[in-house]
Amino acid sequence: MQLTLWTYEGPPHVGAMRVATAMRELHYVLHAPQGDTYADLLFTMIERLPRRPPVTYTTFQARDLGGDTAELFKTAAREAVERFAPQALLVGASCTAELIQDDPGGLAAALNLSIPVIPLELPAYQRKENWGAAETFYRLVRALAAPPAPKTEGRAPRCNILGPTALGFRHRDDLQEIRGLLGRLGIAVNVVAPWGASPADLARLPEADFNVVLYPEIAATAAQFLQRQHGQPFTRTVPIGVQATRAFIAEVAGLAQVDATALLAEEEARATWYSRSVDSTYLTNKRVFVFGDATHAVAAARVASSELGLQVVGLGTYSREFARELREAAKGYGVEPLISDDYLEVEAAIAAAQPELVLGTQMERHVAKRLGLPCAVISAPVHVQDFPARHSPQMGFEGANVLFDTWVAPLMMGLEEHLLRMFRDDFEFHEGAAPSHLGRAALPVEQSASADPVPAVPSTTRWTTDAEHELRKIPFFVRGKARRNTERYASDRGLATITLETLYEAKAHFSR
Amino acid sequence: MNRVIPLRERGQREVFCGLTGIVWLHRKVQDAFFLVVGSRTCAHLVQSAAGVMIFAEPRFATAIIDERDLAGLADCHDELDRVVARLLARRPEIRTLFLVGSCPSEVIKLDLARAAQRLDGVHAPQVRVLNYSGSGIETTFTQGEDACLAAWVPRLPREGAAPLLVVGSLPDVVEDQFARLFGALGIPVRFFPPRRSTELPAVGPGTRFLLAQPFLAETARLLEERGAVHLAAPFPFGEEGTTGWLRAAAAAFEIPPALFDAVTRPGRERARTALAAHHARLAGKRVFLFPDSQLEVPLARFLARELGMQLVEVGTPYLHRAHLAHELPLLPEGVTLSEGQDVERQLDRCRAARPDLVVCGLGLANTLEAEGLTTKWSIELVFSPVHGYEQAGDLAELFARPLVRKEKLANAAA
Repeated sequence: MQLTLWTYEGPPHVGAMRVATAMRELHYVLHAPQGDTYADLLFTMIERLPRRPPVTYTTFQARDLGGDTAELFKTAAREAVERFAPQALLVGASCTAELIQDDPGGLAAALNLSIPVIPLELPAYQRKENWGAAETFYRLVRALAAPPAPKTEGRAPRCNILGPTALGFRHRDDLQEIRGLLGRLGIAVNVVAPWGASPADLARLPEADFNVVLYPEIAATAAQFLQRQHGQPFTRTVPIGVQATRAFIAEVAGLAQVDATALLAEEEARATWYSRSVDSTYLTNKRVFVFGDATHAVAAARVASSELGLQVVGLGTYSREFARELREAAKGYGVEPLISDDYLEVEAAIAAAQPELVLGTQMERHVAKRLGLPCAVISAPVHVQDFPARHSPQMGFEGANVLFDTWVAPLMMGLEEHLLRMFRDDFEFHEGAAPSHLGRAALPVEQSASADPVPAVPSTTRWTTDAEHELRKIPFFVRGKARRNTERYASDRGLATITLETLYEAKAHFSR
Repeated sequence: MNRVIPLRERGQREVFCGLTGIVWLHRKVQDAFFLVVGSRTCAHLVQSAAGVMIFAEPRFATAIIDERDLAGLADCHDELDRVVARLLARRPEIRTLFLVGSCPSEVIKLDLARAAQRLDGVHAPQVRVLNYSGSGIETTFTQGEDACLAAWVPRLPREGAAPLLVVGSLPDVVEDQFARLFGALGIPVRFFPPRRSTELPAVGPGTRFLLAQPFLAETARLLEERGAVHLAAPFPFGEEGTTGWLRAAAAAFEIPPALFDAVTRPGRERARTALAAHHARLAGKRVFLFPDSQLEVPLARFLARELGMQLVEVGTPYLHRAHLAHELPLLPEGVTLSEGQDVERQLDRCRAARPDLVVCGLGLANTLEAEGLTTKWSIELVFSPVHGYEQAGDLAELFARPLVRKEKLANAAA
C-alpha cells in the first residue's frame, strides 16, 4: 500500500478514455462500479468539452455482485452499440471490475456485434494513465490498421501525426503548429490520431510514408508497431523550443525527402531575439527546477539551459516508463535525476535545490507558492486555466514564443516585487503596498509582517541585528539561499554569531 | 403521500460515490482525518472532486492498494498499520481517523472494521479510529456522510444527553444561526457531526433529533435504536421548510406559539423579502432535476411552492419515504418523480421536455448547455450554505443565476 495525498496520473482506464474521447465514431464500454463516472467531468469541466466522453459505464452496485454483473455488461454493450452506432467498440474494466473477473472481451465477443470489438487489458494496480492511453492507442492501431497498400509513385510525401489526445496539455494548439510546419514543407498529413480520427481513419494509417510522434508517452508504442508491421519510420525529436523545432524540421524533411533549407532560413521565433536582447541578461544562470512528464521535462530543461541561459538545478519526472530518457538528460546538466510520483519527495527536492524558478505541473505550482518561488506550468496534470481559450502551443516557433512569455512572466513579477521591497521606505512603495499587479489594496498588517519568505531554519547560530538587517536587503528570491549558505559557513567554522562580516565572507566563499 | 408512484429505473448512473462526502466532512470536523483504502481511481476521484482544496494540506488521503497487496505478497493489515502510523506521525493533531472503505477494498473483502478496531486499540486514547464505507457499490454521493455519521453513532456518549440534537453537517454559519434560533426558543441544542471530534454530543433515550439533511437514513435508524426520537419535519430549505422544521422542534418541546411566532417572524419576513426578488424571474419556469444528492425532493418543493416553478421531473438517487413524509404531500399534483437512473433514457426525456432549467451534475452540464439547455450544476447545492431563513434568497439565486446569465449573454449578442 502506498500513502497518497495527490496523484500525478489517474488510473489506466482514464488514459483509455482520453484516447476514446479524442476520437470520433468510437465508443468505450467500461465495466465499472457506480461512481467511476466522475471521470466524465475531467473532460466536460477541465477541457470544457461541449459533449460527454463516448463512454458507457455499467455502474454496478453491491446488489449486482453475484451472478449478474456479466449480464449487466452485455446489456450495456448491446445498448451502447444500438444507441451510438459506432464504427468500433472498446471494452474493458476499471480497477474494481478487474477484481470481479468478468471478462469484458469475452462477453462482448459473445454478443456477435457487427463492428470490431477491441478488448483492453489495463492492469489498474500496476499501471497508470499515460500507459493506459498508450496501450489503448496501440491496441486500436493494431486491430484496425489495414495491410500496407502499394506505394503510388510520384505523389507528395505523406505522414501521420500521432499522439494528440483529449485532456492533453496544449495538444490542440501543438497540432495546429505542426500541421502548419508540415504544410510549408509540402508534406501532406494522411491521418491525425487519436485526435479527431475515426476507426476508419486508423485503417488508413499505413498509407503514409512515415509517422510524426508528438507525444511519446502516448504514441511511441503504436509508432513502433507501425514501424515493425508497416515499415513506417517515425520521428524522435519533440519540437519544443527553437532548436528542437529546427532539428524536427530537418528530421521530417529527411524522412520525407524534401528540402527544408527555405523554411530553416526563415528564422521566425521572436523568442530567439528576445532572449538575446539585453533585457534578458538578468536571466543568466538563474537556477531552475524542472519537473513534469518526461517529454515536457526533458524539452523544458533543454530550452531553459540553451535557449534562455538558465541553470538547470533539478530535473525529474513522474513517468516511470521514460525514466531512462530523463536520466540521460539529467547527466547533461550534472544533476541527480528525480523519478518519483510522490509529490512530497518532489517538494523536498525543490526545497533542497533552492531554485529561483520552478517549471512543473499544477502540483509544483502549489509547492512553489508555498515556498514563495516563481513558477510556470509546463506539463500535465493541469487545471482548467491551462486549457486556455487563446492559441498557446508549446511546440514549433510560436510555441517557443509562448514558452518565453510564460516562463519569464513570473520572474518579471519577482523582480517587480523585489524593487518594491528595495524602495520599501519610499512613500509610494512602503511595505504595506501590494505589488501593482495585485491592485492597489494594502496588505493586511500581519501578512506584510510575515511576508519575509526566508524559511525559518532550526539553527544554533545567532544573527546579529546588523547582519539580519543586511540579509533583508538581499532580494527575497535569493535570500533563503544566502541565509542557508551563511549559516552553513558559520557552523562549518564553529562561529556562534553571524556578523555583517560573516555574511560577506560567506558570500565571497560561495560566489559563483 | 401515495398518489405519486415514482418511476424506478436501473441503468447507467451518472452519480458520485460516497467517497465524495469526505470533501465537505473534513472541512466540518476540524480534527478528523479520512484515509480511503482503495485504488488510484479513488485517489483520482477525491482529488478531482476536491479541486484546489487538495493543495491545502488537506485532512484526507488514499492508501492505494497495489499488486503486492492483491497477490498476497504483502499482508494488507500490516501494510495498513504501517501507513496509519506514518500518517499519524506526520499529523499529530488528528484525533479521529476514519478508514474509508472503497469498491476495491470491499470486493477483496478487506476487513476494515477489524482493522479500525485494532488500530483504535493501538492509538487510543490519543486517536480514535473508525470505519465506514464510501464505496460506489454501496453509497451514492451524500450517502457517504450518512455512512460516516452512522459509524460514529455507537461512540456518542450516553450521559448528559442533549434534549435536542440536529443531525447532518451544516456550514458553520448556518449552524450558528440555528443555534441562536433554538436558544431564543429556549431549546438546548447540540449538533452532530461536531466541529471537533472530541466534543461529541451525548445521545440517550428520549433525546429528540431533527434531521437537517434528507440523506441520513442509516444514521437516523441507529439513533432510534439508541432510544432517540426522530422529529418528523420538512427540511429547512426556504421560508416554509425552515419554519416547518423549527416548528417540529417547538411542538415537541411545547414552546408557546406566541414565542415561536415572535422568534421566527423576523427571519420569515427577511426570507420572504429575499425570495420575492427571485420569484418574478423564476415563476412559471420549467425545471428538470437529475438525481444526485437526495436533496432533490425538498428542493423541488421549495422551487415549486416558494418560487412558483413548474416541476418537469424530480430525480433522486434514493427515495426515503418516511423521512420525506412532510415533503412529498407538498409536491404539486402529477409531478414525475424518478428514483434511480438510466442516464441515457433520462437525457432523452429531458431533451424532449426542453425545460427552462436543468439541475444536474458536472458531467452533464456543459453537454446540455451546448445543446441549448440552461443548467444549474447540482454539487454547489451541497457545498454552499443553503439552509435556513438567511440563506433562502441565496438558494433561490443559485437557480436564478444561470437564467440571468443566459439572458445577459443573449442581449450582448443581439
